[in-house]
Amino acid sequence: MSATVRIPTLLRELVAGANEVSIDGATVAEVLEALEESHPGFAERLFDESGGLRRFVNVFVGDEDIRFLDGLATPVTDGETISIVPAVAGG
Amino acid sequence: MNRLCAELAGTFPWAFANVNIRPFYAEGSKTLAYETAEQLDWTTPDHVVVPVGSGSLLTKIRKGFDELHTVGLLDSPPEVRVSGAQALGCSPVATAWTDGTDTIKPVKPSTIAKSIAIGNPADGYFAIDAVRGTDGGFAAVTDDEIVEGMALLARTEGIFAETAGGVTIAGLKRLAESGVVRSDERVVVYITGHGLKTLDAVSTHVSPTAVIAPKIDAFHAAFPSIEESSP
Repeated sequence: MSATVRIPTLLRELVAGANEVSIDGATVAEVLEALEESHPGFAERLFDESGGLRRFVNVFVGDEDIRFLDGLATPVTDGETISIVPAVAGG
Repeated sequence: MNRLCAELAGTFPWAFANVNIRPFYAEGSKTLAYETAEQLDWTTPDHVVVPVGSGSLLTKIRKGFDELHTVGLLDSPPEVRVSGAQALGCSPVATAWTDGTDTIKPVKPSTIAKSIAIGNPADGYFAIDAVRGTDGGFAAVTDDEIVEGMALLARTEGIFAETAGGVTIAGLKRLAESGVVRSDERVVVYITGHGLKTLDAVSTHVSPTAVIAPKIDAFHAAFPSIEESSP
């Protein structure tokens, strides 16, 4: 099961400047763990001490925020796009 | 929309005030506090009411007042109570405040106040901290209250604000009714956007005073109570 992970500008230094990478995994958690293994540095930026997603990080599967799906347990189908988007918006 | 802007900012060499040059935007927000103090002859209000999307503006207005004292432009440390207003259809910060928690649960926005409809407010935690630290409060108001707030502001002050301004006026009303904003306080309310941005919100509540043919007779017919007089 392979997903395309879209990388925000601020984290592209971890993937040699790429804007997306292809990663295997059956859930969002698995994909992000595999991302950390292949490109160390993501975990500390994405997760807090308790292992949850940091509050200023949004992760989308397709068009939907995983907080409104099953969170990190959200299943990932083959060819799915996962987007990491920093929560910066509004005044 | 927010996601689109974030992705566009990562795709093109473009600057978005609220995204990839956000530190400038955030620090620049402090000028709302500077202008307020300047217009009050270098004093501070007792209480400010601020619209809350991400929570950044509210946080930075408080910071702005504090920094004016730090650099010596205010004689004494400011004691400005800071309160926030959100639309009920996107009120994760106000909800966390009411629930007595620092944990902000993201929501899917559903409100006419789109300019402050941030489902996952990145600075919400800091906004709650600022409100708690200054003995302020939060209000969350319905879409009907927002439109009423816009109408009230237009009717009484001649200021046509966007929906976020309606949120703030309606929020002020709620905060006053609940006693958080007191009648003996000097209160400044931040109206941050023009009504022309959100005409749809009021289109069903207002209509043209009259529609006439471009003839003087038609004008007289529509406004018979206005008497003729020489210029």
